[in-house]
Amino acid sequence: MRFISKYRRHRFAAPLLLLGALFLAGLTYSAAQAVTRQATLSQSDKATLIAEGKEIFARGCSSCHGINAEGAGIGPSLVGVGAASVDFQVATGRMPVADMSQQIARKTPVYDDQEVAALAAYVASLAPGPAAVTNEELAWERDGNTAEGGELFRNNCSMCHNLAGQGGALTQGKYAPTVMGVEPRHIYEAMLTGPQAMPVFSETILTPQEKLSVIKWIKHAENEPALGGAALGRVGPVTEGLLAWVLGLGLLIGVAVWLTSKAR
Amino acid sequence: MSKELTPLSDPGLSEHVHRKADVDPQAAKKAERQVGILFLLSVFGTLLFVYAYVGIDEDSFIFLPVLGSTNAHQLFLGLGLAIALFFIGMAAVHWAKVLMPDHEVIDHRKEQRSKDEERDDFVATVKERSAEAGLGRRPFIKRTMLLSLGLVGISPILLLGDLGPLPGDDQKKTNWKSGTRLLTDPGDRPIRPSDLEVGGVAQVQPELAAGKVRHLDDIAKDSVLLIRIRPEEFNLDAKRLSWTYEGIIAFSKICSHMGCAVALYEQTTKHLLCPCHQSTFDVTRAAKVIFGPSARALPQLPITVDSQGYLVAKEPFSEPVGPSFWRRNK
Repeated sequence: MRFISKYRRHRFAAPLLLLGALFLAGLTYSAAQAVTRQATLSQSDKATLIAEGKEIFARGCSSCHGINAEGAGIGPSLVGVGAASVDFQVATGRMPVADMSQQIARKTPVYDDQEVAALAAYVASLAPGPAAVTNEELAWERDGNTAEGGELFRNNCSMCHNLAGQGGALTQGKYAPTVMGVEPRHIYEAMLTGPQAMPVFSETILTPQEKLSVIKWIKHAENEPALGGAALGRVGPVTEGLLAWVLGLGLLIGVAVWLTSKAR
Repeated sequence: MSKELTPLSDPGLSEHVHRKADVDPQAAKKAERQVGILFLLSVFGTLLFVYAYVGIDEDSFIFLPVLGSTNAHQLFLGLGLAIALFFIGMAAVHWAKVLMPDHEVIDHRKEQRSKDEERDDFVATVKERSAEAGLGRRPFIKRTMLLSLGLVGISPILLLGDLGPLPGDDQKKTNWKSGTRLLTDPGDRPIRPSDLEVGGVAQVQPELAAGKVRHLDDIAKDSVLLIRIRPEEFNLDAKRLSWTYEGIIAFSKICSHMGCAVALYEQTTKHLLCPCHQSTFDVTRAAKVIFGPSARALPQLPITVDSQGYLVAKEPFSEPVGPSFWRRNK
């Protein structure tokens, strides 16, 4: 108690208190946001993958998407979206949704790969749609072409996802997420299905081979060395300008002050 | 009113304060050492530069906190040269400030006008020399000299011709003509309506005549974005609706504000965004501007399909694409 009364009028007390309060608020928010992981379903008594998927769907998805995936007030119909869409949305943790605001964000997946496969099989059984792919199926290292991928990325993707694939802002709080560190199968499925605000790039507009080139370019960009050290988020003139103005100009002002100060 | 104002007297210069090094030999010695150390730091910088050039491999990377993985060769070259130059400057300034003579000197302003006799002398010299040159006696030299000097002045005027020629109606024409096929960009494949799903987009360029190469100047005017939505979502008049094909609509990708490539398409809101200044266009209402600095909608390309089922332009653009320019509407 004496400690508090001694330091409560200290000039750093108020800012520190504010920081602490903000930290606490943030902690509570993220704790509330985290979806509790459901218990893994036992495999033995499930006859088929589809039946298992239907079960998971009924528990975890039907409250928004309807008991038969026909769509309800909150979630859209999933009839015909295909396994690719399910694999992208669920395996990147976007579904089930924790925060229903402007953007459904990537987070730690709630279901493991087997459960995702079951869900995908169930949704795919409702109506035909684009099939899910696996990382192994995508021979992007062999069949992709980095230079072609770069041209395709600049023409089709860079306006939203940034020229270096770092992501960027859209309207009203929506954003195009970064494509760095995304699994090849999810990049492929995103182009194929057009999740959220993203448009669809069908197999004839961007051929499967061209999609592999895009993946190869993204993977190449991920490993691009930063020759100058700090890449500053690779978002271009905004962070670079900020640093140059604040640090560079600050340094120059400091030198000017020293130059004109009178020697003692 | 009897109070008389006395003018302020000139306070003169303030008393000169001597520096520590001027009065204390110990301090002078110390200042001398400081300047020397600064010069030695510069020497260290140059040595670092030489070592970086000779001894550090061009491809070697080191990890630094905050900066991350950095190319060591480049880093130490730059750092070495920066240290070498900065400390020479710092030493010189420090030397001048603490050790160089410190007496104050007053240098009064001088009269600008030259003395009368100097002026007269100058005029006399000019007259004398020009008489000696004998230009009056040798008219041939005088005339050819004037001719050559006059002509040489024409050459820079001639170079101004490179500012032209005027663009004419270049800005109003694109490679889109009636029946021009829409090709994927890149890839150059013709597109069937079934290739585009609802919610899908395609970046397209016009098919050029055989043998014609697509230049950047062409792309800067021809780029088109193809979007497919559900036909019932369109909110268009009959004419604009006839320019679409089964829910597929085509707009010039060149922003009507400053000419950036407008291609941020939000499938959920059917909005097209320009990444440069956030002009927002509503696809369902023929790219009407709903936000941002753009003054008019993106030009719509009328499309249809040809006998082989590929998407083609029905007509050329009905207005110039891209930003405003003088005489745009003439």
